[in-house]
Amino acid sequence: MFEKVWQQHVVTEPAGEPTILYIDLQLVHEVTSPQAFEGLRLSGRPLRHPERHVATVDHNVPTTSVADRLVIADQIANAQVSALRKNCADFGIELFDVQDADQGIVHMIGPELGLTKPGMTIVCGDSHTSTHGAFGALAFGIGTSEVEHVMATQTLPQSKPKSFLIQVEGGPNGSLPAGVTAKDIILEIIGRIGTDGATGYVIEYAGSAIRALSMEGRMTVCNMSIEAGARAGMIAPDETTFAYLNGHRFSPKGAAWDESVAHWRSLVTDPGASYDRELHIDATRLAPSVTWGTSPGMVTSIDASVPSLDQARTEADQKSFSRAYEYMGLRPGTPIQEIKVDAVFLGSCTNGRIEDLRAAAKVVNGYHVAGAVRAMVVPGSQAVKRQAEAEGLDRIFKSAGFEWREPGCSMCLGMNPDILSPGERCASTSNRNFEGRQGRGGRTHLLSPAMAAAAAITGHFTDVRTWNFKA
Amino acid sequence: MQSIKILTSTAAPLPLPNIDTDQIIPKQFLKRIERTGYEDFLFYDWRRIQEGPDAGKPDPGFVLNKPDYSGAQILLAERNFGCGSSREHAAWAIAQFGFRAVIAPSFADIFFSNAGKNGIILAALSEAEVQTLLQRSTANPKHRITINLEAQTVSDDQGFLANFPIDPFRKHCLLNGLDDIGLTLLHEDKLNAFESQRRHAFWLDPKPQNA
Repeated sequence: MFEKVWQQHVVTEPAGEPTILYIDLQLVHEVTSPQAFEGLRLSGRPLRHPERHVATVDHNVPTTSVADRLVIADQIANAQVSALRKNCADFGIELFDVQDADQGIVHMIGPELGLTKPGMTIVCGDSHTSTHGAFGALAFGIGTSEVEHVMATQTLPQSKPKSFLIQVEGGPNGSLPAGVTAKDIILEIIGRIGTDGATGYVIEYAGSAIRALSMEGRMTVCNMSIEAGARAGMIAPDETTFAYLNGHRFSPKGAAWDESVAHWRSLVTDPGASYDRELHIDATRLAPSVTWGTSPGMVTSIDASVPSLDQARTEADQKSFSRAYEYMGLRPGTPIQEIKVDAVFLGSCTNGRIEDLRAAAKVVNGYHVAGAVRAMVVPGSQAVKRQAEAEGLDRIFKSAGFEWREPGCSMCLGMNPDILSPGERCASTSNRNFEGRQGRGGRTHLLSPAMAAAAAITGHFTDVRTWNFKA
Repeated sequence: MQSIKILTSTAAPLPLPNIDTDQIIPKQFLKRIERTGYEDFLFYDWRRIQEGPDAGKPDPGFVLNKPDYSGAQILLAERNFGCGSSREHAAWAIAQFGFRAVIAPSFADIFFSNAGKNGIILAALSEAEVQTLLQRSTANPKHRITINLEAQTVSDDQGFLANFPIDPFRKHCLLNGLDDIGLTLLHEDKLNAFESQRRHAFWLDPKPQNA
């Protein structure tokens, strides 16, 4: 599949230079674009295809209230959002602004609007662009110089990555054990191969457990491909993909829909295709995962303990472990379920979708957040927020003591006011547990939405497999 | 982009693997819309004392705060340098602080690309070779390392000599300080032909006419 998508986008392969690859869609947000627009202005180059660009604001917008978002109190953040408005107007790019019904995290709105389609090449100045690979698109994050390159040429010079097949097999019909989710699959993979395990590769996820996942689950898996170092993650399109795509604003309609599906079907990997590397995962043996350290690869299961130094694979890893124990305020051997949390964050481009909120609400329903725990839900997009409110999920969260926020990236990276205080410990459905990621000195543990919800209720990490669901 | 051929400099050792771009430049500095002025934000949190009465003051123990290492143009680190976020601000901060090269056993993909666009040489040596250089620069801050881009070698005056791989095109661009966009636009005829031949492929359009 990767091979086919790549070949269909080769503009030219000049001798001694990287391939010039055509880019079908560039997604734009406020943080990594201002210097790219400025570059175009300085060089006098036009933006070649405004219709292949779509923009939104997500990284630094406050999530507290609509009023707080229209004029951002943080002057520097406000200037950045204003710059995006001006740039989009000047260069003719459609912008889904804070007050727009379709605003959301850039990786949420691409699929929701039907902009993301199988077989496309998609880039964005954000590493979690790998999310869109769930549709069989080749999608990857780029830096600001490359953002400018795509604006000017609608292409990128690229050397071809290698291919990596990760086959995940589940139980009957691809089923996962109770309490195990797409998040646990990808955390297991990162724990297994390390945060540089897929550097230089595009991962293709296959196997019965992947086939059985919803599009939301597939997006969670592809989203965190970058956390294993991969250039991109991809899943071949199938009936689940087409059912999701049908009927969105920018999905083809009528006869064009049928013709499109026929093209998309042709992307499926031929049986017997070979890969540069393969990994097989038996998903029937997985348990809910929790990260304990300062890298997504420092992960263990809910029924385990903080690993000891001798479980580090290399000398360099030992140094990282020691540093992580200190930063995280944890001792090796501490059972994960004994670790108390101060904050819970439900959201992000990894787990801010409607299914994620449903899974968390199911755990929360009938309970209240533990004592001093600060818990918030930040839907990934306006569409998710509306849907959740229509289903009454907001009432479940609010009556349990969660804050119900406006959409954005929020505490996943803490560029807006949603941050942890030094030493504060957070159960987070996001994607990175780096030092200071959610606020200087903040301690992040990554887990699934249901597991985050359970931690919010009990005040410590809790095995959702033994949860007493009240509704 | 500034061209670079041979670099001889002292080196600042950062003996840790998986140094992510959140550490290289924390998120609060990503709100700026300028392309310059990031040098003061490089390793912002690591450069400061985090706790106690002196919290916020420069941490004298951090390598970039040690006067002995000031002026170093080479950064030494362990495996998977630059992992995480795609923020090019990380490459800008490293370059604007004065580093022209990073030596490590491996680099994350997006950072690798960003570094190239900003004229930073990334020299990937073996774990053992990097350890040797880390030890020498830690023991002696005046230890000088030479990177010869043309010859693709890293050497010092104690007999260290190692080769590093580099894609010939990237090398050509670094040696000559070339602008990538200009290079791509040299192929504009091919691009026009590709777009013309592809114009009916609505199934790959973000916003097809028949939507």
